Amino acid sequence: MLGYFVRRLLIMIPTLMAISIVIFTIINLPQGNYFSTYVAELQSSGERADLKKMEFLEHEYGFDRPLWQQYLTWAGGLLRGDMGYSFRYNLPVNKVVGDRLFLTFVVSFATILFTYIVAFPIGIYSATHQYSIGDYLLTFIGFLGLATPSFLLALVLLYFANVEFGISIGGLMDPRFFGHSWSWAKFASVLDHLWIPVIVIGSAGTAGMIRRLRANLLDELQKQYVVTARAKGLSPLKVLFKYPLRMALNPFISDIGSLLPQIISGAVIVSVVMSLPTTGPMLLSALRSQDMYLAGSFLLFMAFMTVVGVFISDLALALLDPRIRLQKGAER
Amino acid sequence: MSGRSIELGAGEAPQHFVSRTPFDPYAVEAMTSSQERYYRASQWRLMWWRLRRHRIAVASGFLLLAMYLSLPFCEFLAPYGLDARNTDFIYAPPQRVHFVADGRLTAPYVLGFDYHLNLRNLRRVYAPDPQKVEKIRFFCRGGRYRFWGLFPTDYRLFCAARGGQLFLLGTDRLGRDLLSRMIYGARISLTIGLLGVAVSFTLGIVIGGIAGYYGGWTDILIQRAIEIIQSFPHLPLWMALSAILPVTWSPLVVYFGITIILGLIDWTHLARAVRGKLLALREEDFCTAAVLMGARPRRIIGRHLLPNFMSHLIASATLVIPNMILGETALSFLGLGLRSPMTSWGVLLNEAQNINVVALYPWLMLPVANVILTVLAFNFLGDGLRDAADPYH
Repeated sequence: MLGYFVRRLLIMIPTLMAISIVIFTIINLPQGNYFSTYVAELQSSGERADLKKMEFLEHEYGFDRPLWQQYLTWAGGLLRGDMGYSFRYNLPVNKVVGDRLFLTFVVSFATILFTYIVAFPIGIYSATHQYSIGDYLLTFIGFLGLATPSFLLALVLLYFANVEFGISIGGLMDPRFFGHSWSWAKFASVLDHLWIPVIVIGSAGTAGMIRRLRANLLDELQKQYVVTARAKGLSPLKVLFKYPLRMALNPFISDIGSLLPQIISGAVIVSVVMSLPTTGPMLLSALRSQDMYLAGSFLLFMAFMTVVGVFISDLALALLDPRIRLQKGAER
Repeated sequence: MSGRSIELGAGEAPQHFVSRTPFDPYAVEAMTSSQERYYRASQWRLMWWRLRRHRIAVASGFLLLAMYLSLPFCEFLAPYGLDARNTDFIYAPPQRVHFVADGRLTAPYVLGFDYHLNLRNLRRVYAPDPQKVEKIRFFCRGGRYRFWGLFPTDYRLFCAARGGQLFLLGTDRLGRDLLSRMIYGARISLTIGLLGVAVSFTLGIVIGGIAGYYGGWTDILIQRAIEIIQSFPHLPLWMALSAILPVTWSPLVVYFGITIILGLIDWTHLARAVRGKLLALREEDFCTAAVLMGARPRRIIGRHLLPNFMSHLIASATLVIPNMILGETALSFLGLGLRSPMTSWGVLLNEAQNINVVALYPWLMLPVANVILTVLAFNFLGDGLRDAADPYH
């Protein structure tokens, strides 16, 4: 088990390195840099830009050096927890993003929790009542959840939450808590606002998980040992919970790998619509204005969350399922 | 006692039943005609038989077929042109189609609008006027347009009564008919998924084929690369990539750029499927035989291995298309995808971006119904195809 843990941890290093290289390439692909975009913007609005100053700044931030040197500086800074400098905000990226990363994490975590809590009973019901009206209905709702673009669902839910429950539109908390330090009231307000984004972001993932849990449980329920257990006269609940359910639970853990990118993707677009103080809206504006270090840090943070999430789920899976840690070096 | 049954005299009837019909050693294996039909059917025919049992999938398939077949004729199907503005009818609500007048069934008609401005909140108020009965005309002459941009004509499937209006789904902030725009938008939204899948299909088959056939280091490298790509959240990556597309590009080039971006990230699932199947199949005898006969890898992959799981690939590709349609919708909605002269459902939804629309002009959200319908249909069809893809199972 320890060997598996170490091996898995070591794999993460080249993965993260490759990811950081990919991200650095992407944020450097657009023509020009923040300053040239800025100069062009100024010139198009008829203002004069101080080209001398811009050149000085470009030199100061190393934009005139070769790309690999820029990458090394950036990556080296990341290792020390320095995410670079946001030109638009004139602040270190750390300062700009601080709370947002945390809130992104909170929203994502709550969404995963929501997905589990909803998918678990529905999946079991669907599998044990295969081809019943309830099963068809739930399957259809699941499909609908997969097909509805989340941003529109967010808009509609937001509107109804405002009309029915009087929850303030947009944001993760009531406007009166902006800039205040964390308190119970602020926490409660966040909880009040959290449920809409969580439902919206979680709907697609929940639908997928229900379908997988249902399929797995159905496979398991047809096996001989279940028939034997029934024949021996075990109570249906015990037959269900003792073994088949445990076997069918694997997707709950292994799916984090595919669930996390989905949730983060969903969170980006939903938070733009709902103007949540998470990473989404800021990433969008950073991409638009070529604020490269800010955009790069967001992308890296999202990828990092996924990689760590997959790592944790792999470990949990290895703990639960002996088959996985026994086959050494095999593909997961 | 024991000898009696053997020493049967002539004419003596046997003690047990003996069939007098001639003995046919193949009698047991003879098949009924329906069985024979089944065993002689080609793989595609078997798939079709199996798919036919999945009624929702078949219905979805026909729906999609109808949608795609309508794409070349959208100029003819739409009552108005893509950019035809009716400045007198800005934010007009959808008109109801009536079939009954004075208690009798008549040709379908709509009621014209009475318009006034509510001076207190400056909202445009449109009230249907029972006096203005405007019959919908069919196969009529509407505004002029160029069919496929080539032939000038003015025939349309249906249009408003002379001097009247026909906004079955309302109008937007410039007074453009939403239904017409949705019909035009289908061209972009439906094809972008197909083109994107074509890109990722090619990538998936080539890269997955290489990984699965050669194995070893190539395989390990490609596997790692796939894992890295998959650990990116799709949407932010799409956003970053489409932010790269220069603003100066023409809309058509941007359209192709977006398709390629969509395809670039989604090939990983297909590549994995191809690789897994190839790994299993290359150990089969027919593959060894082909190698011994001197076939080159490209021929073995393309000629002997790929056809074996093409059906699986098509099924999984069908399930990827809805992702792409949703992806394009999301990107255009954020303003990072297609831009305004190009009209896709996502671009239309871009106008429904703020909460006012939900409260005041909810019909602007209608394009989403098309998105949902298309995505649902693709999902059902893909599900059916996947079940049918393995007819011998």
